[in-house]
Amino acid sequence: MSTDMKMAFRNIWRSPVRTILTLSAIAFAAIILVFMVSFQLGSYEIMVNSSVKIYTGHIRIQAEGYREKRNMRFVISSPERIAKTVEKIEEIKSYSFRANGFSLVSSENRARGVLVTGIDPEGEAEISTISGLIRKGEYLAPGDRDKVLIGRLLARNLKVGINDELTILGQGKDGSIAAGIVTVKGIFSSGIDDFDRSTVQVPLSYFNDLFYMDGAVHEIVCTADSLFDVNKIKRLLKANLSEKKQKKVVVLDWKELLPGLVQGIQLDLASAAIFYFILVLVVAFSILNTFLMAILERTKEFGVMLALGVKPNRLFKLVLMESSFLTLTGVITGVVVGCAITFWFQTHGIDLAGASEILKEYGMSGIVYPKLSIVSALAGPLLVFVITICAALYPAFKVKKLVPVDAIRSI
Amino acid sequence: MSIVRAENIKKRYIQGKVEVHALRGVSVNIDQGEFVAMAGPSGSGKTTVLNIIGGIDNPDSGQVIVDGNNYSDMTQSKLAELRLNKIGFVFQAYNLIPVLSAEENVEYIMLLQGVSAKERKKKARAILDDVGLEGKYSRRPSELSGGQQQRVAVARAIVSNPAIILADEPTANLDSKTGESLLDMMKKMNREKDVTFIFSTHDNMVMEYAKRIVKLKDGQIENDIIKDK
Repeated sequence: MSTDMKMAFRNIWRSPVRTILTLSAIAFAAIILVFMVSFQLGSYEIMVNSSVKIYTGHIRIQAEGYREKRNMRFVISSPERIAKTVEKIEEIKSYSFRANGFSLVSSENRARGVLVTGIDPEGEAEISTISGLIRKGEYLAPGDRDKVLIGRLLARNLKVGINDELTILGQGKDGSIAAGIVTVKGIFSSGIDDFDRSTVQVPLSYFNDLFYMDGAVHEIVCTADSLFDVNKIKRLLKANLSEKKQKKVVVLDWKELLPGLVQGIQLDLASAAIFYFILVLVVAFSILNTFLMAILERTKEFGVMLALGVKPNRLFKLVLMESSFLTLTGVITGVVVGCAITFWFQTHGIDLAGASEILKEYGMSGIVYPKLSIVSALAGPLLVFVITICAALYPAFKVKKLVPVDAIRSI
Repeated sequence: MSIVRAENIKKRYIQGKVEVHALRGVSVNIDQGEFVAMAGPSGSGKTTVLNIIGGIDNPDSGQVIVDGNNYSDMTQSKLAELRLNKIGFVFQAYNLIPVLSAEENVEYIMLLQGVSAKERKKKARAILDDVGLEGKYSRRPSELSGGQQQRVAVARAIVSNPAIILADEPTANLDSKTGESLLDMMKKMNREKDVTFIFSTHDNMVMEYAKRIVKLKDGQIENDIIKDK
């Protein structure tokens, strides 16, 4: 250890109580940031995965213009050809076809406008969690024809239960009237009220006949193992589909499919960033005060050192070294303790029973699991480190500008 | 040969709204190997003369030349180098670096001079032995008595082989016995190593030890007495 490092280390411990308090303030800020950022990322991942896994999927392949116009005739005519391309991409965990038609669904007493979706029961069970969210009755079986799944709120609004009949009245792909009578086989509850209020799922084969689809579908929904794979899948799909001259299809990822969710996350991140910055600034000011006090107490000593021939730059480095040791120790302690605390909650979860109504809006359960990652573990503490070092620069510059004779005269 | 030449130094301070003339044209020549006491009552300007000779304060006018270096031509950085290599300081309040041991305090100056670690250690211990601090190398200043701290300060001042040592009231905080012993040690170094010592003092004992007494009053030299050998 060099003499300057030795001096810096010893100087830090000249006032142990003050040093421990300063270290605690830095470590506390780092712990808060590690935990809060992890908590945010964890809740975002749950929000995204919940939305994606219930229905949206990570990626959808649609006919060009279908997302904007929702026109029945904007279809993928040969979904099997595209499916061959999809199957070649390893990162795609599963996929399924869907077809949609806006229709009027009526029970004996009431009628509601809904989105009727044709699904392949087996494939859909791989990409959507609806099969696990059946609260009454059963999920669709592969051989089912005129059976439907409906949302809990729709069932309540139509006053229907299991095995009750519903009439579907819509417009087929060719413009003709699509009408059929179906039986309620299952009632699901996704936790997303809008979805539960307006969704009817029927077997794709039945939908195909009812809406005169001629084997066409509106979208191919794909899921990935991780959110991190989505960009790669999208890139590969786009490249492969344009190679096969499937120019009239578009590849959309979950961010394009759920813009409201993305904006919500961005807004939450921005407001959190402001809060974190203020928190770090408050800590930085208290640390600046400590550093200034420490420097003030040693002004005479600095004056003597300057008189002995120590150059101002060396004193500047010494003071910065002390601040860096202190900050680094605080930040490292904060990261270690913060990660340990976060990891515990990542394993056990945090029960937010009080916020369950809000969380339900996003399809989340009442338990949130913080997500510890390199970003959440280091981003906040890095901010603490940078701002604290910036705060330490001021006293260091003050030391650099000391006039020996004035400094020696100081008390 | 003059090791210190100060010509017509003037210095004034502003204390609140009052202008204080600390030095009103002080000129003094000090030769290599002298043992000089700047004497005078409080406020006479003796510490200011020492600070200006040491290059830690600037005169308003006049010039100071130490070992051939004219301060008015030098940058702060060059002055720092000069202080490191040519001037040793001994302060009234010892002013050792509290976080360093006696040995490290002495070594620190040599570290700044770029002396190797091995050489530093050897020289620091030898000089601490010379000032009577054998076996107390690893003691921190707080673990030493006032007299012992001042001995470390002298060792620190002398270790860099300076041309002059400036001692600002070095015995003021010591009892007479300790002060006498410290002065004996300085006198020995002056005699054996031909180091020039310049004191500021109003202690009669220091004046008795001095070969030359420059008496200051109200910022001017009242008289300059060279004692008979």
